[in-house]
Amino acid sequence: MSGLSIENISMRFDLPNGTAVQALQDVSLLLNKGELMSVLGPSGCGKTTLLNIVAGFLAPTSGQVVLNGHAVTGPDAERGMVFQQGALFEWMDVRENVSFGPRMGGQTEAQWGAQVDHLLDVTGLGDFKDKATYELSGGMQQRVALARCLANDPDVILMDEPLGALDALTREKMQGLVLKLWKETGKTIILITHSVEEAILLGERLLVMAPRPGRIHEEYRLPFAEMGVGGDLREVKTAPGYAETREEILEMIWNMEEEIMGRTEDMQ
Amino acid sequence: MIGVMILLVYVAIFLGSFLVVRFFVRRSTSDFTALKTVTFGDESAVASNRIASVVSVVTIFLIWGSFTGSNWVPGFLHAPGPFVGDTSFVYTIETGDGTRDDATVFVRVAGFGEQAEKFEVDPGEGIAKDDAVAMPASRSSTILFDRNDEVTRKDGAQVVAIDGVAIGPDKAIQTPAGRFALTAKGAISYAPPRGLQMEPIWLPPPEAVVGRLIEIADEGYRDSTLWNHLGYSLFRVIAGFLFGALLGIPLGYAMGLSDWFRGWFEPIVEFMRPVPPLALIPLVIIWFGIGETGKIILLFLASLWIMAISARAGVSGVNISKVHAAYSLGASKFQIMRHVIMPNSLPEIFTGARVAMGVCWGTVVAAELVAASEGAGMMIMVASKFQLTDIVLMGIILIGVIGFGIDVLMRKAENWLVPWKGRS
Ligand SMILES: Nc1ncnc2c1ncn2[C@@H]1O[C@H](COP(=O)(O)OP(=O)(O)OP(=O)(O)O)[C@@H](O)[C@H]1O
Ligand SMILES: [Mg+2]
Repeated sequence: MSGLSIENISMRFDLPNGTAVQALQDVSLLLNKGELMSVLGPSGCGKTTLLNIVAGFLAPTSGQVVLNGHAVTGPDAERGMVFQQGALFEWMDVRENVSFGPRMGGQTEAQWGAQVDHLLDVTGLGDFKDKATYELSGGMQQRVALARCLANDPDVILMDEPLGALDALTREKMQGLVLKLWKETGKTIILITHSVEEAILLGERLLVMAPRPGRIHEEYRLPFAEMGVGGDLREVKTAPGYAETREEILEMIWNMEEEIMGRTEDMQ
Repeated sequence: MIGVMILLVYVAIFLGSFLVVRFFVRRSTSDFTALKTVTFGDESAVASNRIASVVSVVTIFLIWGSFTGSNWVPGFLHAPGPFVGDTSFVYTIETGDGTRDDATVFVRVAGFGEQAEKFEVDPGEGIAKDDAVAMPASRSSTILFDRNDEVTRKDGAQVVAIDGVAIGPDKAIQTPAGRFALTAKGAISYAPPRGLQMEPIWLPPPEAVVGRLIEIADEGYRDSTLWNHLGYSLFRVIAGFLFGALLGIPLGYAMGLSDWFRGWFEPIVEFMRPVPPLALIPLVIIWFGIGETGKIILLFLASLWIMAISARAGVSGVNISKVHAAYSLGASKFQIMRHVIMPNSLPEIFTGARVAMGVCWGTVVAAELVAASEGAGMMIMVASKFQLTDIVLMGIILIGVIGFGIDVLMRKAENWLVPWKGRS
């Protein structure tokens, strides 16, 4: 079967002081090939932990992740990662960064050259391929990170707040780019974000998680990502249903935050 | 006395030039800093004042030249020199029965570095006879005035006045001719005016140092050319540092990547790091003698721990996102080592290398001071035994220049090899 299946994942961190944090409790999910799911939730609800388990950087306390019919046991080229920032290799220029995966896989430039240059053009980095990464703006750096991930042709792309460090305008442009690349490449994508708007605009599916213990609170299927592909994201925001969805999710997260605040106040 | 004078002159020039520059040199209004209204407390607004740097260096040479009577400094800027030339004074003795008589002492004071030539004078009349004394500048001389007198100190004669000013065993006096005192046995102790200049044996003038440099560059010193001496020191530093880096960097990597290596070497590294390499010199000499082996081993030890610690810090400092990204892109452990961890640690390693080179340079000079047959440190050590202060100074200046040069080169290499340092 093709797809990503997260099966009854639980994750408990035992802290050195003897207490434990239940970061995830019995999380199950099924992602079909080519789906884009955005994940929302208050801080500390286990989003990053979940992504790290899917990426293979963490082994869950119980449960398993199955991709394309085999269980995930560690990091692999089939699951690409895009981090918020700081994951580019400063000692390589833009093109070397983007071609890192194929090069490590033993491909020759003849094999990867065309694809890498195509990705550089698609992401608008064509004129910057010989630049050092630290000379680029934050937005361009994230485009390098995206292109680098895509150049390796993974089955699943995991993004942990990939646009979180960008300013509003750059962020909007990058959202369009993510949608475009998603449609063009047909990748399965999980995208963590703190922005409700971004989650609604980009997520074909939208997962809201709740904290303590980290669990799935609600799941949505939304039409806005499809509308946004190739279109104007700002127009999508005026589409019927958008405003209501946004209000509903904002309310939900607001309530969760209130509950957390209330609980911490109780503890005091 | 001279020290206090020099300090006063130095402070005066510091303040004087500051005021002059403040009042007469207008700040360039073109740069951004000039538009800041608040600069005190804003470190970024404090750029090193070029004028101050130039005046500072010029001042050092000026004071150096002025207080050593250098030919390179115009005469009117010289600090008053010591008295040189012929002078004389009259002493009065009183014999046991109260008779007094005067006699003149003629003194010839030779300049720094010159030989005081003995001379004779006509003894003259009376029971006290005239004397002739030759002496070097800036010293005091004990004058046995009664060697030719008819009544000596043994007979109960004693000096009661110099140039008409009363003097006694507990009463030193100052006359235009200089300072006089009586020794315990009643002889005259005479010091002509010393002025404020330094004797070359304390501080030679700059031209003497430059002259020595040219001479030694030309003829060598102690059976080796100057370049040989410096070359030996440099060779030891580079050899010791290279061995230290060659072992220290892999050791640091191993400590950063393996718990067993870290556990095993941590106590050793943590213990050896605070031991100053200078403290190892005696042991190294006992074990390996004073030859090249011992010196290179000493410098190896000096750089080893620094390099190991910086390589370990370089590994620990890698952003885990980079490593995770590389794994997700399909890189193997070896590839991550080669393409992520090693390049990522380069800035730290360069910082360590700069420190290590500095420490090695200091250590080699110290080791050569203790024992060596060639080297920059050996040169100044031997010269100091013969009180050849100009060679000592020349050596110190060369050591400073080379140490500075090494650091500049390391920084150049750093900018070239790790341009991303501090920019990510
Ligand atoms: N290595 C760890 N050791 C101990 N506790 C951890 C560890 N990693 C995460 N946690 C805990 O697990 C919980 C979930 O963390 P996680 O980073 O997954 O949250 P998140 O949803 O990504 O939050 P944010 O939105 O702030 O990134 C938190 O309470 C956190 O303190
Ligand atoms: Mg997170």
